[in-house]
Amino acid sequence: MANKLVIGERQFNSRLIMGTGGAPSLEILRKALIASGTEMTTVAMRRVSADTHGSIFDLLKELKIDVLPNTAGCYTAGEAILTAQLAREALETSWIKLEVISNEETLLPDGLETVRAAEKLALDGFTVLAYTNDDPALGKRLQDVGCAAVMPLGAPIGSGLGIRNPHNIELMRSLLTVPMLLDAGIGTASDAALAMELGCDGVLLASAVTRAADPVGMAHAMRLAVESGLLAHNAGRIPKRWRAHASSPQSGLIGTDARESPEF
Amino acid sequence: MISIRLNGTEEQFPDGSTLAEVVQRITSATQGIAVAVDAQVIRRTEWASTALRPGAQVDVLTAVQGG
Repeated sequence: MANKLVIGERQFNSRLIMGTGGAPSLEILRKALIASGTEMTTVAMRRVSADTHGSIFDLLKELKIDVLPNTAGCYTAGEAILTAQLAREALETSWIKLEVISNEETLLPDGLETVRAAEKLALDGFTVLAYTNDDPALGKRLQDVGCAAVMPLGAPIGSGLGIRNPHNIELMRSLLTVPMLLDAGIGTASDAALAMELGCDGVLLASAVTRAADPVGMAHAMRLAVESGLLAHNAGRIPKRWRAHASSPQSGLIGTDARESPEF
Repeated sequence: MISIRLNGTEEQFPDGSTLAEVVQRITSATQGIAVAVDAQVIRRTEWASTALRPGAQVDVLTAVQGG
């Protein structure tokens, strides 16, 4: 795995994509974004209202962080496609985090609607980063219809349950050729590190940072966790063993020649 | 007067109002927003020349924190 994350035609030094949802204030979000080292962050598209301020877009411009609009809250391919088109018009980007959910309670992705939307958006020139279940076969479908990246969940959005099925994530990574980012479910730094150790190309998270007691501290932790996880993955972990394997030399121990334990 | 559904709320506009005039009622911003009329995106350059039918559904969206 090279040092840079390459999605579509863009390269990123940071493999952490931070979402902006759930932050207690714009000022804390600003500090957390900086501490995370992220180069791209997600935003949602919503109707303008009296209390809408354009400040999130202004903040990202000021911090020179790329914006990745999402289709959060969409239940059908049609809704997601319209939201993506509106995001392209408003934010002048053809990048979209595609998210089509099946129900409000679990927020789990609707695989069929996601594939339908991904296919149409890719044909329409969008760079599609698709949020999906940790289903290797579905991930392959999303890759085949033209997604630039596939983003399986570790656990439901905002649950903080970590990676519930590490084997599926590892298996999925081995079957895909496009970048795969772990999206959703991260609760703490070790979850992010595990994602990278399993071979993920990056991690997307929001709640784990924005809803932490200290969002800025957690953003820093996530940055280090993603870097550490990647380093560990590339360095190659030792095989797991059923029994102990001493790391100190077995010969030359005091008392071994006399075959008796020294007396104290 | 014609009735337009603007971001989910019924509002009255003078006959012949353009989309640009309708959008202006809800926001003075011209950057960072996008507009759909009856679920079709209308590009910014076309707002001033787009006339609206009575009962049209106009949605004006912007980026907010999320995801």
